[in-house]
Amino acid sequence: MELNDALQSDGFVTSKIDDLINWARRNAVWPMPLGISCCAIEMMAFAGPRYDVSRFGSEVFRFSPRQSDLLIVAGTVTYKMAKVVRKIYDQMPDPKYVIAMGVCTVSGGIYRTYSVVQGINQFLPVDLYVVGCPPRPDSLLKGLMMIQENIKNDRPIAKGTVIGGDPEPLEIAIPLIEKPANQIDSRKPGSRIYMN
Amino acid sequence: MFTFEQLQEKNPTLHFEKVDVGGDQGAIVSRNDILAIAERLKSEFGFQQLLDALAHDRNEKKDRFEVTYNIRNHKTMQRIFLKVRCDERDPHVPSLVSVWTGANWHEREAYDMIGVEFDNHPDLRRMYMPEEFEYFPLRKDFPLMGVPGSIPLPHHEDADPRFDVAKRGE
Repeated sequence: MELNDALQSDGFVTSKIDDLINWARRNAVWPMPLGISCCAIEMMAFAGPRYDVSRFGSEVFRFSPRQSDLLIVAGTVTYKMAKVVRKIYDQMPDPKYVIAMGVCTVSGGIYRTYSVVQGINQFLPVDLYVVGCPPRPDSLLKGLMMIQENIKNDRPIAKGTVIGGDPEPLEIAIPLIEKPANQIDSRKPGSRIYMN
Repeated sequence: MFTFEQLQEKNPTLHFEKVDVGGDQGAIVSRNDILAIAERLKSEFGFQQLLDALAHDRNEKKDRFEVTYNIRNHKTMQRIFLKVRCDERDPHVPSLVSVWTGANWHEREAYDMIGVEFDNHPDLRRMYMPEEFEYFPLRKDFPLMGVPGSIPLPHHEDADPRFDVAKRGE
């Protein structure tokens, strides 16, 4: 009998410390909700029972940046608000992740005007862009899953690596739509949830 | 029913020009007389409520800015308009906060957006824009996308230079 089989028959699991830490971190990404405008409503739906983000361990919305890992910037960021957003980001402990939710946050969106920052990547390192006006809650769920994938590839205790990953990979969560909008019967329960 | 003729009869020294504002009565008032007229309208004619005060840019060389006060008499439910004009080089208008307290924030907004300065206003600060902002965004000559670099953003060393606000439009 090999060592691995012997351990497993006694109820042990063998793994790497990196994997264990990543497993724990991945399933407890506590978001800091920064619901600045209407995208916040979709973010609430994302946390609510129908879309139920607690399946992914992120149901604990922390309203203190010092206790959170993921900043969800949901809404139009004006120049006046930009300082506040950056201040909240700076208070979050490392490792931290940022989701730019909605086109206003990503690029200014329909607000092509003097008062709105044309994309929060001008003052924040953004990990993931979720596009839509507003994005559906399932897009945001997909975004969260992408962040979790990102965490999975971290090597927290290996030498020479930085916790929090590299800022390079930027991905875009595309809204998952299987049917055209006019064919959706919204009265049927569950008919508007499109998960892969 | 109030008419501006009644006001003129009682106070022959005041000068104003009657105008029609969308079916309601209005008057273009000089800067010197606006405070006296406002006080009389409130005390003698019962115009107790200030509904709105706003400024706009007429885009003309003479008397470029116009401040409009919309006031109402609660008993007769009549509304009238008072208009004051001022030049670009001397954008000063007496504040009506001493008559109607509700004018406070409206005048602050007008100052923030157009740049009309209200004399004797108790708290003339900017309303929406940051305090250090130097321009008035609702003037006709203000560019839609703003003046590049006029509002500083927090520093971000990894920012993509393509999105640099100061280089926009190049």
